[in-house]
Amino acid sequence: MSPIVTLSIAVGALRRNAMRTALTALGLVIGVAAVIVMVALGTGAQSSIESGIRNAGTNVVTISAGSNAFGPVRQGTGNTTTLTAADAQAIAQEVEGIRYISPGANTRQQVIAEASNWNTQIQGAGSDLPAIRAWSLQYGAFFSSQDVLSAAKVAVLGSVVRDQLFGPGTDPTGATIRIKNQPFRVLGVLTSKGQAAMGPDQDDTVMLPYTTVQKKLLGITHLQNITLSMGDGVSFDRVSEPIAALLRTRHQLTAGAPDDFTIRSLEEMASVLTATTTTMTWLLASIAAVSLLVGGIGIMNIMLVSVTERTREIGLRLSVGARDIDVLLQFLVEALVLSLAGGALGVALGFAAAFGVRRIMQWSALVTPGAVLMSFGCAAAVGIFFGFYPARKAAALDPIDALRYE
Amino acid sequence: MTESTPLVSVRELAKTYHVGEVEVPALLGVSLSIQAGEFVALTGPSGSGKSTFMHVLGCLDRPTAGSYHLNGRDVSRLSKRELSGVRNHEIGFVFQGFNLLPRTSALENVELPMLYGSPVSAKERRRRAAAALEAVGLGSRMDHHPNQLSGGQQQRVAIARALVNDPSLLLADEPTGNLDSRTSIEVMGIFQRLNTERQITIVLVTHEADIAEYATRVVGFRDGRVRLDQAVARRRHAGDELRRFDAEAEALSA
Repeated sequence: MSPIVTLSIAVGALRRNAMRTALTALGLVIGVAAVIVMVALGTGAQSSIESGIRNAGTNVVTISAGSNAFGPVRQGTGNTTTLTAADAQAIAQEVEGIRYISPGANTRQQVIAEASNWNTQIQGAGSDLPAIRAWSLQYGAFFSSQDVLSAAKVAVLGSVVRDQLFGPGTDPTGATIRIKNQPFRVLGVLTSKGQAAMGPDQDDTVMLPYTTVQKKLLGITHLQNITLSMGDGVSFDRVSEPIAALLRTRHQLTAGAPDDFTIRSLEEMASVLTATTTTMTWLLASIAAVSLLVGGIGIMNIMLVSVTERTREIGLRLSVGARDIDVLLQFLVEALVLSLAGGALGVALGFAAAFGVRRIMQWSALVTPGAVLMSFGCAAAVGIFFGFYPARKAAALDPIDALRYE
Repeated sequence: MTESTPLVSVRELAKTYHVGEVEVPALLGVSLSIQAGEFVALTGPSGSGKSTFMHVLGCLDRPTAGSYHLNGRDVSRLSKRELSGVRNHEIGFVFQGFNLLPRTSALENVELPMLYGSPVSAKERRRRAAAALEAVGLGSRMDHHPNQLSGGQQQRVAIARALVNDPSLLLADEPTGNLDSRTSIEVMGIFQRLNTERQITIVLVTHEADIAEYATRVVGFRDGRVRLDQAVARRRHAGDELRRFDAEAEALSA
């Protein structure tokens, strides 16, 4: 019997029981759609983490004061006062593979403009921070190394702060803001970067020279962190080990003492995050796959009922010359058509649901061809696997018994 | 019609069923020849072996012992696959319960045997199915589904289906069992016409003596053996019977 005839018989049989066919396929539709949406959500989360990291700069290394290593007395990062601008200078001079370096001292302050005020993160930085973070300016210019040296009262605003103080889209270059009762001249506005993968809004910030933060705002001489970027092709290990050795020497740490600093690369953090989301994706997808399995059992159930119901039809087909393989193929193709139709509808529903989640819940959901192929392939495999037993049962029928079946 | 090579030739045919540990003999050595063009009625009470014999003739079942030659070919030892081919090309079945596919048009029901065996194009299938339906007088009802047809019409669709592959042997198992008297006569009329006009060999199983009288030869079964084999002395002709039946009905209603 030709494949086209087999297919048309299968489709005909399914159409004769349209309602039952639809309900049976629904199980697989939901299963396939669930797998696609789950994988889409996972992949979306992963890609938003990755793009967040790319935004922050992939070759960026941060050195934070303090250590979260286990020791007799644990101090939170940031409470340590040993990290200094001289350390940053020494690293820049002595460690190879470093392109830019920026000392950092942060605080949280109320920022006041003429009519409005805003509580925000004040980041003290070196003049090279925009180069490290690949951060451009929307208006004006970043402060210079001269400003850093002289601890000038100049500020560069993040777009959120600009929006709050001066109104969205305005150019406040040249205006004056007040922090802790001191006037600061606005030099420029940073281009908006959007929400970071983790942590606060990157645009909700004011950047000052770190020296200004140290002397004019906090009255300290130490740093909270140092941010640096590595040259192209330089691995994290190649800079982190010399930096650690250098800082230990400079901080006069004895051999057994724990580090009083923490060195981390954004890429390393990214890979941890990515691994976590991958695990979550697989977990969600395998829960969804269970519904695919249940859908498959539904198909087997209905095919078994169908074989019993159509025993006389099978007997008739055998009596007019159908071979057992013809009967086997007929029922197998029926199960396959059912599951593939369910799979195709499931893919469509999955696409729609992923789109809906993205639009309504503002989650990032990314439907990948791999997920579509995988779930569609699973649907086909389920059809063959669960269709085979009923089909074999049909093919094994004795023609006389089948014809006499009441 | 050559007397030397009969269409059907069975020698010492035996069939024993195994029901659990018990052996149930259904046929105990049947020898019989049927010439091409004959119209044979197999009669006998239930359990006589006539149905088993027809299943063997129809290649639905294989004998336990003995030989069965169809068109000069020994088909008693063929494999299941080969028997499917014989059923497809050589044999047409008509059943008591019609066995039409529900929610499927008469035309598609008749096309069914052509879906199996050697490939036939869709156009050719349609043409041959239509011709077979014309031959049984259902040319105007090809698109009707079985539930839109009367019992007699359904049985005629089944006859068209049995004929569509031009079989050498038409087997009918109690074809009038589910029909009223008048429709039974009509259906027997179709068999008689096919037998005389197209020389189709027909073997009919029935337990009704009057239905057997439409055939040319009666073979009686009892306890797995042939007890009677004779030509029908006073053959009924469906055309005459139908006229008489209608006259009687008219007389009754008047």
